[in-house]
Amino acid sequence: MPAYDPVLYARILTFATLAFHIVFATVGVGVPILLALAEWIGIRRKDPHYLLMARRWARGYTITVAVGVVTGTAIGLQLSLLWPAFMEMAGQAIALPLFMETFAFFFEAIFLGIYLYTWDRFNNPMIHFLLLIPVVLGSSASAFFITTVNAFMNSPVGFRLENGILTDVQPLVAMFNPATPSKVSHVLLSAYLTVAFILAAFAARGLLRNRRHEYYRKSLKLNMIAAAVFALGTIAVGDLSGKYLAEYQPEKLAAAEWHFETSRSAPLIVGGILDKETRRVSFGLKLPYMLSFLAHADPHAEVIGLDRFPDDEEPPLVIHYYFDLMVGIGIYLLIVSALAAIGSGWRRFKTLADNRLLLRGVWLGGPLAMLAIELGWMFTERGRQPWILVGFMKTGEGATTSEHVDLMLVLFCSLYLMLGLTVVRVLSRMFANRPPEAELNDPVAPRLSAQIEEESEEPES
Amino acid sequence: MSYELIGIAVLWTFLFGYLIVASIDFGAGFFNYYSTVTGKNHLVGKVIYRYLSPFWEVTNVFLVFFFVGVIGFFPRTAYYYGTALLIPGSVAIIMLAIRGAYYAFNTYGLSQHRSYMFLYGATGVLIPAALSTVLTLSEGGYIEEVPGIAGGSRIRLDYAELLLSSYSWSVVLLAVVSVLYISAMFLTYYAASAKDAAATEQLRRYALAWSLPTIVSSLFVFISIREHSRWHFDHMIRWSPMFVLSFCCFAGAVVLVWRRIRYGAAFGLVMLQFAFAFYGYGAAHLPYLLYPYLNIKDSVTGDAMAWALIIAFIAGFCLLLPSLILLMRLFLFDAKYVQDKLILEQGKERAE
Ligand code: HDD
Ligand code: HEM
Ligand code: HEM
Repeated sequence: MPAYDPVLYARILTFATLAFHIVFATVGVGVPILLALAEWIGIRRKDPHYLLMARRWARGYTITVAVGVVTGTAIGLQLSLLWPAFMEMAGQAIALPLFMETFAFFFEAIFLGIYLYTWDRFNNPMIHFLLLIPVVLGSSASAFFITTVNAFMNSPVGFRLENGILTDVQPLVAMFNPATPSKVSHVLLSAYLTVAFILAAFAARGLLRNRRHEYYRKSLKLNMIAAAVFALGTIAVGDLSGKYLAEYQPEKLAAAEWHFETSRSAPLIVGGILDKETRRVSFGLKLPYMLSFLAHADPHAEVIGLDRFPDDEEPPLVIHYYFDLMVGIGIYLLIVSALAAIGSGWRRFKTLADNRLLLRGVWLGGPLAMLAIELGWMFTERGRQPWILVGFMKTGEGATTSEHVDLMLVLFCSLYLMLGLTVVRVLSRMFANRPPEAELNDPVAPRLSAQIEEESEEPES
Repeated sequence: MSYELIGIAVLWTFLFGYLIVASIDFGAGFFNYYSTVTGKNHLVGKVIYRYLSPFWEVTNVFLVFFFVGVIGFFPRTAYYYGTALLIPGSVAIIMLAIRGAYYAFNTYGLSQHRSYMFLYGATGVLIPAALSTVLTLSEGGYIEEVPGIAGGSRIRLDYAELLLSSYSWSVVLLAVVSVLYISAMFLTYYAASAKDAAATEQLRRYALAWSLPTIVSSLFVFISIREHSRWHFDHMIRWSPMFVLSFCCFAGAVVLVWRRIRYGAAFGLVMLQFAFAFYGYGAAHLPYLLYPYLNIKDSVTGDAMAWALIIAFIAGFCLLLPSLILLMRLFLFDAKYVQDKLILEQGKERAE
């Protein structure tokens, strides 16, 4: 039996907690924006379908937020429990955004509470819509702040280390480190993209089951147009993230691209199988000049390879697959959402929106997008290894020395399993028992939409 | 005032905020279950549900704010407490997670479920017990720095000492009892503002029943702290006016509730009672964050970060205070909402 190693268990537990939290965090960041879009369109066009969309999404959102909050609280505490030495050191330089993140949550939580309980409370529905704005700002701001912390771990700046003591701390410099711009925008856009796809996937499923209600079409259209925009943005910013890596973390890029020798005019390898001994790649697709182009926007530029780094600072080479899969999914999502947006947006291409193959593609896009999020995070976090704070602290040095981390790992995994199963059950009951068609004819259907229907007796503009 | 004093005062205030709002919430869960068992839920259930719904998330943020702030202002606490608290901390997280998630599932999702109500009630009592051990540990004597395996030192929590100490049990007892007392006092006031006479009467009975145990268990803590941490006890004697004032507020609150008048003022006195005791205890604890290893002077973060955090705090506070007031005006003090005249969406769905 291997000896008890708290570092290993701390890493696995961190992985489990973050991988679980990210799902809900992503939903938490993305839903408010689409919710706001739907409610706004609904109010402007006096269209009860969009208003119902907003209501249904908000109802599901209460459940995912709850899990996001409890798992997020778990991470916040766990960071100190599992990585005490890291938190002691990094806390001196990067505590500011962590602290501000709580304010963002606070702000969001307050207005979300008000929003959920005031659907019918205001005579002017616009007031209810306005309550969403702090929710959108709060959730995106919290993603912004926490991502700057992660960016700092990748490119720590804003302090000096003298004999193990941090001096000259500049909190704002640490927060706005070189990794922050590309990372924050990629994280935000990919969260919006993912949620748009998940919501569209539900609509596509309804249409695939031959529930031809207008509601589904409108939902598909709204989400796919949004997704196409977000997909473009995600990919564009993903490219910037690659350029950031080339400049600041060349070892991560080199490991991700299996680029072993520093060279000019470097080709990009897609897929393939690596022979660990000889470092030869077989079956890979080789795109000439593409790596140089990706890294420096110049097909002849020099790209630093793993030969420039000591062996014990080499990131795990498996991140190659994480990267390729993420990029592959990104391209898939762009194609699918562009086609579906065109199909549902322009009457001339209407057959496209009814194409069952495309609908299946949309349906598959939901889970794939979430997978891309997980892969993206695994890519950055594993690609950072062996460092927890690049250049300053190795992961092993930051970890706890406590006993019983293995027992905690078992406890938390059971918790996540239980929460995960219950969430799925609760959500599917919530929506399966009351399909939107039924809700629209419901005598106790939302009063807000009834109000609006009354008003819309006047001829529409 | 120095940075470390400002920092600790702000954090202590947030912890106090958490103490009050979380106690109301934890206790409400307990009374909700207890009243079901004793067949009184038809009297009080609605009042409890009404209050809890819009507030549970906000409660949680107070706690997050506190521990993130502690790490920010006093990064060394991360190392000491982080290492020592792995197990109690994890257990508390798991209970908080179960409580929060199942509350949401129950309220927004599934139908009312007796076992969920039990989970909700039971965790409401166990979580304060788990969290209060942090205060116990800070007295010193339970966490030790021992030589590590590869040189250096290692932090260790002495579980035997903790579990066998009368001081730690007296703190747990006080935590649990105060939760029920604060909660019952608040809910009495809340039911009275909703003009729900039956609920008020029932909750008033709970409040009075828990008042004597509160004062007895705090005496208990006084006595055992004298045995366990003489230094802290001596400081507390210096701050004794705070504790005398606390007792006066307690007496005033109980008299008001006893005479069935001015429940709002009575709850205000309860908050003052705990404020005096809490700040008195905290002030006497200074300068130590963990006796004798951590004091606020040596473990405070650098000047630049302290400034940044204080500015962020002020800015954040200016944003939050109006929002919190709005939330309270809409739900806590809006007579129409409190009296349940509004048909709320969630309530409607439940009624189907
Ligand atoms: C729906 C999700 C999604 C999609 C489709 C993509 N990404 Fe991504 N990517 C993420 C979701 C994501 C992420 C989860 O948001 C990550 C993890 C950490 C981060 O900063 O963002 C990420 C990280 C990440 C990084 C690492 C940044 C770092 O370590 O500092 C790079 C270089 C890229 N991405 C590049 C791309 C490119 C070129 C894409 C082109 C198609 C792409 N991503 C699609
Ligand atoms: C923006 C927030 C963050 C996200 C989404 C995130 C995500 C992840 C993920 C998905 C993994 C698993 C990688 C793998 O091993 O395959 C991971 C690992 C890890 N994360 Fe992060 N992380 C974040 C911030 C942080 C922070 C603030 C810390 C601070 C301690 C941290 C420390 C670690 C460590 C030590 C590992 C283990 C690495 C390994 O064993 O490979 N992360 N993180
Ligand atoms: C990019 C990665 C992450 C994103 C986008 C994210 C976003 C979110 C969201 C949306 C919530 C739900 C809060 C709400 O809706 O009210 C949440 C909860 C939370 N997250 Fe994360 N999170 C991420 C990673 C992390 C990490 C690494 C930490 C640890 C420092 C963390 C700490 C928290 C905390 C403490 C909460 C609960 C706050 C509360 O009680 O309201 N998050 N997060």
